[in-house]
This record gives sequence, C-alpha cells and structure tokens, in this order.
Amino acid sequence: MKNTTILDAKGLACPMPIVRTKKAIDSLESGEILEVHVTDKGSLADIPAWASAGGHEITEQTEEAGVFVFRIKKA
Amino acid sequence: MVVIKWTAADVARRVINDDKLFILDVRNKEAFEDWKIEGRQFNYLNIPYFELLDGIEEVLPQIPSDRELLVVCAKEGSSIMIAKMLDEAGREAAYLEGGMKSWSIYLEPIKIGDLTGGGELYQFVRLGKGCLSYMVVADGEAAVIDAVRFTDVFLDFAKEKNVKITYVFDTHLHADHISGGRQIAAATGAAYYLPPKDAEEIVFDCEDLTDGLKVQIGSANVTIEALYSPGHTIGSTSFIIDDRYLLTGDILFIDSIGRPDLAGLAEDWVGDLRQTLYERYRELIDDLIVLPAHFMIVEELNADGQVAKRLGDLFAENHGLNIENEEEFRRTVTDNLPPQPNAYQQIRQVNMGKLKPSYDEQTEMEIGPNRCAVR
Repeated sequence: MKNTTILDAKGLACPMPIVRTKKAIDSLESGEILEVHVTDKGSLADIPAWASAGGHEITEQTEEAGVFVFRIKKA
Repeated sequence: MVVIKWTAADVARRVINDDKLFILDVRNKEAFEDWKIEGRQFNYLNIPYFELLDGIEEVLPQIPSDRELLVVCAKEGSSIMIAKMLDEAGREAAYLEGGMKSWSIYLEPIKIGDLTGGGELYQFVRLGKGCLSYMVVADGEAAVIDAVRFTDVFLDFAKEKNVKITYVFDTHLHADHISGGRQIAAATGAAYYLPPKDAEEIVFDCEDLTDGLKVQIGSANVTIEALYSPGHTIGSTSFIIDDRYLLTGDILFIDSIGRPDLAGLAEDWVGDLRQTLYERYRELIDDLIVLPAHFMIVEELNADGQVAKRLGDLFAENHGLNIENEEEFRRTVTDNLPPQPNAYQQIRQVNMGKLKPSYDEQTEMEIGPNRCAVR
C-alpha cells in the first residue's frame, strides 16, 4: 500500500508512544497511513482514544508476540 | 524548577486529613469515570494527556490557584510530562509517583484501639481499592485477618511491633482482591485458616475456620472468636475480637451490605445473607464496633481515617439492615447490582491457588474499585 509510514515505538513507555505518534501524524498529509508498532499496554487504550479525539481513523489493529500494530489514517 | 513528586502515602495523608486538593487526572475518560482518587475535599479535572500535547495554556484557567495541584495518570510517565508543562507555565504542580498503580497498592495502618492486657488492634486501609485488613497484636503474638497481597507491609509491621504472627485468617474466599494470607502464613510458620465451605476447590492445605472457633493471642487473654455468617459467600465468617469488635468481612459494611453474586450463586445465597444480617447479627450486643473488610466511598471514613461504627448505629442507619419486606430485600441484592469487580473470577482462582499470575498480572487484575457491596 502506498504512502504508509512506519513508526517503531516498541519498548517506549507512556507517554512516549503517543508523543511520537502525534509527531509522526503531524508530518503526514490527510489520508496517509501511519503504522505504529508499540509494546506498551497502556497504548492499547490510549492510541484509539487519541485517534478518536483527533478524528483520525484506525483502519486496522493487530497483535503479534506482544507487539501491537495500529494502522492510522490521518484525518 | 524540579517537578514535585508525591508518594501514595502523601496523598493518603491528605485524604485522611480532609485537605483541599485539586487533581488533574490525565488518564482516559473511561478510566477516570471508572475509578479515581477519592477525597472529601478534592476537586477534579479530567483531560487525557494526549489532548494536552500542544500545550496546557487552554486548561490553565480551569485550575484553581488557591489549592495544591496534583497530576495523576496510570503509571506516572504522562503525569510527569504534564506537571513539567504546568511548571514551565508558572504553576506549581506535583505528580503521583507510580500513578494509579501505586495508589491501588498503598496501605495506611491506623490504630483502632487498645485491647485487654496491653493488646492493640490495627486496621490497614487500602485507600485506592477500599480494602481493609486487620492485625491483632497482644503479648508478643499477632493475628492477621483479610490480608491483602502486599505481605511485606504486614511482616514489617509485625517486626516493628516485635511480635510473631501466629494466626492468619481470611473471612472468606475473596473475589475482589488477591489474598496475602497464605504467603504470610508460609513466611511466618503461622496457621492459615479459611472457612471450609469456601475452601472446597483450593489446592493447598489450610485449617478449618469453623463457627465458634476461639483462639487466644498471647497470654493476654485477647480472644478471637469465629461466627459463621454466610451470605456474601457460603463460607463467610465473622470475628468477634476481645468481646468488643465485630469483623464482618464482606457481609456488612458501614453504608451498605455484601452482595451475594460474586461466586455466581446470588439466588441461592440471598436467604443466607438475610438470615445473617437480620437474625445472627441481631443477637449480638449493640455496642460491638463493626469493622468491615471494605469501604466503598470515602465518606465512610471517620475523622481519623478509621472505617468503624457501632453495630447499634448500623442497625438504625444502614439501609441494608432496614428492609423489612423479605421480597424487597431479595430484589435489592439480586437485581440492579453494580458491575462486578475487575477480573473477579480469575481473582477467585488465584485465591484458590489454581492460578499463579506474576506481580504485574496481579496488579492488572486488581485495578479499579472493589464493588463488593449493594447499597
């Protein structure tokens, strides 16, 4: 898929996953996709809540071996 | 400037002293609505930290300048960030070390009173979770009742008091928090007692806590007497200590009564609950001081932080003790119950010895309020 940026936020603790995610989203154009990889369990609730507050859409959320992957479409 | 750090103990002091405090809680709205730090004189503002990343200027006017300010989050990371931002904006702010996780595990020991022959009774108030544990100290010996899982607190306290823990009791198989009773018994060589009807599925050895069991602590004639009082669970047992105190477990609280549904048998146990509250307890003397295993709301704390009230006063004031109509009582304790405590079925399995979660997993299971009561 085109225009997908990947952010590796594995190993980071709250609030850094969200801080980095926000920074990454800010640098994207509307409609572009950001794929965030996190291991912090707090992000499971925080990333969807943050995305929803900003109007961004989470198009996919998966987990593999303790790594959570969110695909976020910028509003 | 350095951001100020408060421990859970610092916050506990302010709860007990009824101090004024403004809490900026930067967790998710759901987390805040589900469970927060309660204080009679506390005011709150809940804004998730991620809505403040672009700056806190907009919320500054909502934060009063005439009281202390504490920033709280789940673990502590985002509260440090927000406290720094407040500090840079010229507003002094503290953050809670360890966040709500440390609040959930903090215990404040409070002396309830003196017992026969120089004995003492202590209540351990777990403010963040509403759990109450007890230690009876007399003549070099001690008994622990309804200990939470932070066993060091009890072991250290016994060391400080220079007493040997000889008895460990649980009033019932808990569903809202993980018991530390078995571990304390193992660490001290004390005997661990659990009501046999609640112990049917446990996978370790324990002594039977049966109706009428009477033990003496030290040679000071402080007695602990068991009173079978089913209703929250089928085995639920109360204690009468030194003929003065009634430990009610999860059967009777200050402002509410126990719920009978946490082991999935509300319909079966509601009759037991009625009988315990309206017959067995009625036979006791009114001057006993009731000491429950939980409180629900901070208003149940006395001025000195104790959770305690005369039995006679509860007969007069506690709604759950004043429902004359049996059918109405049945409806009250089986319909419209509050949500069940977090992970309560798993917690029961842990207390049976069947599940052995890690420390972090245990913290996760116990997050949130206890919800053992019906009002």
